[in-house]
Amino acid sequence: MKPLALSKGAENALLGCVALLWLLPYAWMVSTSFKTLPEIVRAPTAPLPAGLNFAAYQGVLEAMPLGRYFLNTTVMALGIAAIQILVALPAGYALAKLRYAGRGLAFGLVIATLLIPAQVRFVPVFTMLAEVSLINTMTALVLPFGVSAFGTFLIRQALLSVPDSIIEAARLDGASELRIVYGLLAPMLKPTLVAFFLFSFVYHWNDYFWPLVMTTDDQVRTLPLGIALLREQGTGVRWHVVMAGNVALSAPALLVFAFAQKHLLRAVAAKAF
Amino acid sequence: MNGLLPRHKRDPYWLLLPTVALLAVFFFYPLVDAVRLSLHEWDLLTEPRYVGLGNYRALIESGELWHALVTTLTFSVVVVAGSMLLGLGLALALNRDTAFAAFVRGAVFSAYVISWVSVALLWLWVLDSDAGALTAILRSVGLPTKNWLGDPNIALYSLAGVTIWKIAGYSMVLFLAGLQDIPRALYEAAALDGAGKFARFWNVTWPLLRPTTAFVATTSLIVSFQVFDVVRVMTQGGPVKSTTVFVYAIYEQVFLNLRVGRASALVVVFFGLLLVLTALQLYAWRKKGAT
Repeated sequence: MKPLALSKGAENALLGCVALLWLLPYAWMVSTSFKTLPEIVRAPTAPLPAGLNFAAYQGVLEAMPLGRYFLNTTVMALGIAAIQILVALPAGYALAKLRYAGRGLAFGLVIATLLIPAQVRFVPVFTMLAEVSLINTMTALVLPFGVSAFGTFLIRQALLSVPDSIIEAARLDGASELRIVYGLLAPMLKPTLVAFFLFSFVYHWNDYFWPLVMTTDDQVRTLPLGIALLREQGTGVRWHVVMAGNVALSAPALLVFAFAQKHLLRAVAAKAF
Repeated sequence: MNGLLPRHKRDPYWLLLPTVALLAVFFFYPLVDAVRLSLHEWDLLTEPRYVGLGNYRALIESGELWHALVTTLTFSVVVVAGSMLLGLGLALALNRDTAFAAFVRGAVFSAYVISWVSVALLWLWVLDSDAGALTAILRSVGLPTKNWLGDPNIALYSLAGVTIWKIAGYSMVLFLAGLQDIPRALYEAAALDGAGKFARFWNVTWPLLRPTTAFVATTSLIVSFQVFDVVRVMTQGGPVKSTTVFVYAIYEQVFLNLRVGRASALVVVFFGLLLVLTALQLYAWRKKGAT
């Protein structure tokens, strides 16, 4: 063995430290969320709270309509993921399975949108939506994301490997195109659709940028926005409340990750290939 | 051209209609509109006024464009280098089938799953210069501590560090996928030839991983170029504009200064830069396809 190579034990200890580098900030967040204000400002800071104190969580509920934000965020993320799939299925079918003039162009247009991220679109989209008084509406949060180039691409790729004969048989049975797309092909693509749905849902559930520029109103504000506002409220350093809010914000994403790690990784890896 | 003939000539077009309509309204029209707005001066309240290239000139003369460019590029270089080195190192160390390796992989990747806001708030508190955990740890072992987010010479690098923490798991996953594509037989052959650990890495892993490396590099370059959330939550572009990256400058022009024209000019330049970066990515992708 080379002198430079680490022994198994040293390597594992190093990797353990790496895991701690990622897990300790979470632990610090949870620990802080159970503290009281005097414990926060005391120096040196104790690593653990004196007891399980839920006052900070109470503080979050008092500072914002948490339930409302939670609902808004979920409705928005569900709406986006669902519309993206509903819109991408027929498009993916037309791009993968049918023969007609303009197919290459349509595919090119879809892929070209990967070049136009939200950061490029938000100024003109904001002025456009302001003109039709749609700022501060769920429409402004959902509709601009109705098409996902990534989703359309994934569905098209998956449909390429479905044999034509299955579609021809359905046509002979008299099925309409929509029936073929939603009734016959969609169930066959279930693994792809689940992976994409989870990916899109988590991505938009976490999104901060778009809701920040499109809303000013409690009625449609989303959770990441509300939690970030906790720190801006100018009530001094109420870190225990901010961290309690952060637990509420990160726990759902971590739970989805814990239970659907395989699907999410599938979507991430698919992005590369 | 392969594929089935549609039963009716118009079928493919109405199947594509929702997609094309949404693309036109929310992607292509805004792009054209950004160019139009960039030639006007507009505060969202009064009538827009045509100023030609005035906005571009003002951005160049005030040094704002150059500052945003330098800040964003510095940030991106640190983030790309840091997250790739870390991602590659972790992928090499964790490319095995044990429960412990899976645990460490999950811990690192979890940061990629939670929101940027969560990550920003988490580190804002860890890096707090009064009562933060990092300060407490450094003090307890007698090391000097810094004002991580309040010092204009350090703040941008602190944000870069936080971003690396967030996305290292992503490059790790891509590198792991790349490693698994390398045929085991090559390592066995190299070992038979007497190649040591480093010789095997240098002559087998590294060359075969190059397409993945190029892909991860360009992807994380584009992601880091679009950074906004950590800046908005952690530093608001400060102290003294030291963290005013491109997207934050655009946001500031619209929502704090009410200068839609100036912001649109920045958008147009930003889009041009993304085009260049994407051309790089396509080039890397093509190479990847070729191997």
